[in-house]
Amino acid sequence: MAGTLIYAEVQKGEIKKGSFEVTSKAKELGGDVAVCLIGSGVEGLASQLAKYGADKVYVVDGPEYENYVTEAYVQAFKQVADTVSPTVILASATAQGKDFVPAVAARLGVGAISDCVDLKKEGDKVVAKRPVYAGKAYAMVEAAADPQVIAVRPNSFAVKEVAGAGAVEKAAVSLDASKIKAVVKSIEVAQTDEPDQTEAEIIVSGGRGMKGPENFKMLEDLAKLFGPTATTGASRAAVDAGWREHSYQVGQTGKTVSPNLYIACGISGAIQHLAGMGTSKVIVAINKDAEAPIFQKADYGVVDDLFNVVPALISEIQKVKG
Amino acid sequence: MNTVVCIKQVPDTETLIKVQGAGIVTEGIKWVMNPYDEFAVEEALQQKEKMKAGAVAIVSLGPDRAIEAIRTGLAMGADTAVHINDAAYYDKADPYATAAALAAAVKGLQYDAIFLGKQAIDDDAAQVPAMLAEMLGIPAVTMVIKFEVAADKSTATVTREIEGGQAVVEVPLPAVFSAQKGLNEPRYASLPGIMKAKKKPVDVKTAADLGVSDGPKTVVKEMTLPPARQAGKVIGGDDAAAKAKELARILHEEVKIV
Ligand SMILES: Cc1cc2nc3c(=O)[nH]c(=O)nc-3n(C[C@H](O)[C@H](O)[C@H](O)COP(=O)(O)OP(=O)(O)OC[C@H]3O[C@@H](n4cnc5c(N)ncnc54)[C@H](O)[C@@H]3O)c2cc1C
Ligand SMILES: Nc1ncnc2c1ncn2[C@@H]1O[C@H](COP(=O)(O)O)[C@@H](O)[C@H]1O
Repeated sequence: MAGTLIYAEVQKGEIKKGSFEVTSKAKELGGDVAVCLIGSGVEGLASQLAKYGADKVYVVDGPEYENYVTEAYVQAFKQVADTVSPTVILASATAQGKDFVPAVAARLGVGAISDCVDLKKEGDKVVAKRPVYAGKAYAMVEAAADPQVIAVRPNSFAVKEVAGAGAVEKAAVSLDASKIKAVVKSIEVAQTDEPDQTEAEIIVSGGRGMKGPENFKMLEDLAKLFGPTATTGASRAAVDAGWREHSYQVGQTGKTVSPNLYIACGISGAIQHLAGMGTSKVIVAINKDAEAPIFQKADYGVVDDLFNVVPALISEIQKVKG
Repeated sequence: MNTVVCIKQVPDTETLIKVQGAGIVTEGIKWVMNPYDEFAVEEALQQKEKMKAGAVAIVSLGPDRAIEAIRTGLAMGADTAVHINDAAYYDKADPYATAAALAAAVKGLQYDAIFLGKQAIDDDAAQVPAMLAEMLGIPAVTMVIKFEVAADKSTATVTREIEGGQAVVEVPLPAVFSAQKGLNEPRYASLPGIMKAKKKPVDVKTAADLGVSDGPKTVVKEMTLPPARQAGKVIGGDDAAAKAKELARILHEEVKIV
């Protein structure tokens, strides 16, 4: 098949937005678009993928896929890939995708291209653009052989609904249990309605300039005004000070994010912080030091005390929203 | 417990990167051990100390200069090293080819666990750990932030970072582990450590010595610098309130977020 096979990820009973993004992109690149959906009790979700361009959805559903276990998922996916024989395999470079993609590629005996921010087609090849050296350069990368396995950074592509309904098929796969050696003993995930930073569309982030943990409340309030696709982030200085959990940290040793809007409050803009948010579409900086390097990256800068700007911004936005 | 640690020498994060063709200008760069690999070395040392037995072997693929990162690992306390010193192989190596070379080198070593960093901060691939495990036919657990081994060394119970939380995974040894920040606090090499490191054995091999000829499976066609972001707009106003009002207007009318 001259087409794409996508790995669709399910978290908390829902398909990840990044999976829809790569499905939309695959449709745009052309050729058949097949999706492999793996999980427990996920069959009912399959039709959602058709809305974004899947011609066919292969569902691998069973209690043995309740938790993500690399080996089990790789075995299942490989069997679907063997039937589909795609030229391109796409996945979203989420936390799970980053674990899954290189393992699948190695099992298929091919390379992988990680964390891409753009894809274009050149003949039979997909040329992938990806940040390297913590975003200080971009590499254009191509796979030497098919299938071309590519992981895409969440928020790199828009989701587009298309007409037509894809077929859903239950894939018959069998697992070699003797090879599944890792056992998940327990999972602990924070109960939150906020999106993960990596897929949030808006991030309000705070740094050392926030002065203390209690002041992050106003960043949360601001984020809430932007709706359910918004969340908060932090610089390493704020995390090291113990004001925020490490899961909030944006940057080289934290998360790589690519939201539509990133608001940096009291963050100086160190190179390691920029590494994590440099591909944000619009950057706003609020900092009282006009010389802070963040202003060189910001699309809009407010030079003033954040303790005056942020509360005023909250009430102004409330006014705009009416 | 015997461990192998794979380390890569990379440009320091503060280094200015200049591109040239499909790569970067390598002169004038300050080279360091990949920061995540420091966690890997530290964990191997702590396990050896806890078990009061075993050895830590470093393996690195890289040109002549990589010996400095290897010496750093030895100075931290690792016992031996394999330096796959093959500039021609290294220059073209992608994560797959890298893993192939490391797998061949590791095959000659004794290990209960192999530690790597979660990601090299030059190619930012986060692929080598999973690929190495696949080539060795053993399991991989990535993004490890806590590591414990059963007294009989048959299994490891590790905590790994997942989206929005953590998962505890039990895996039989030998296995591959990739280290995430939070696993430990890497030690600095002491002066006596640095002196001792000079005498520790480093086995130098080429890819051909190891019998690997796997070419890269992905090719970098071109390297570019990110387009300079246009100088941003400084939002004017008499006071913070006026600036906030203007910012709210921009978010509403120009950015169309609100
Ligand atoms: C290997 C390595 C990895 C790293 N990884 C990361 C990473 O992942 N993420 C990360 O963020 N950093 C990382 N760092 C650290 C990074 O170098 C910086 O130290 C850090 O980003 C600084 O955080 P900050 O901007 O909050 O603090 P600072 O640099 O101290 O900046 C605080 C800013 O707040 C402003 N400010 C203070 N008060 C106010 C006020 N009332 N109103 C408005 N503005 C105010 C100041 O003008 C200043 O610009 C890493 C460093 C290394 C060496
Ligand atoms: N050339 C190399 N030599 C030794 N180890 C490497 C090399 N390249 C990558 N690694 C290891 O693999 C990890 C992940 O690298 P990468 O997949 O390139 O992001 C690194 O943190 C190292 O532990």
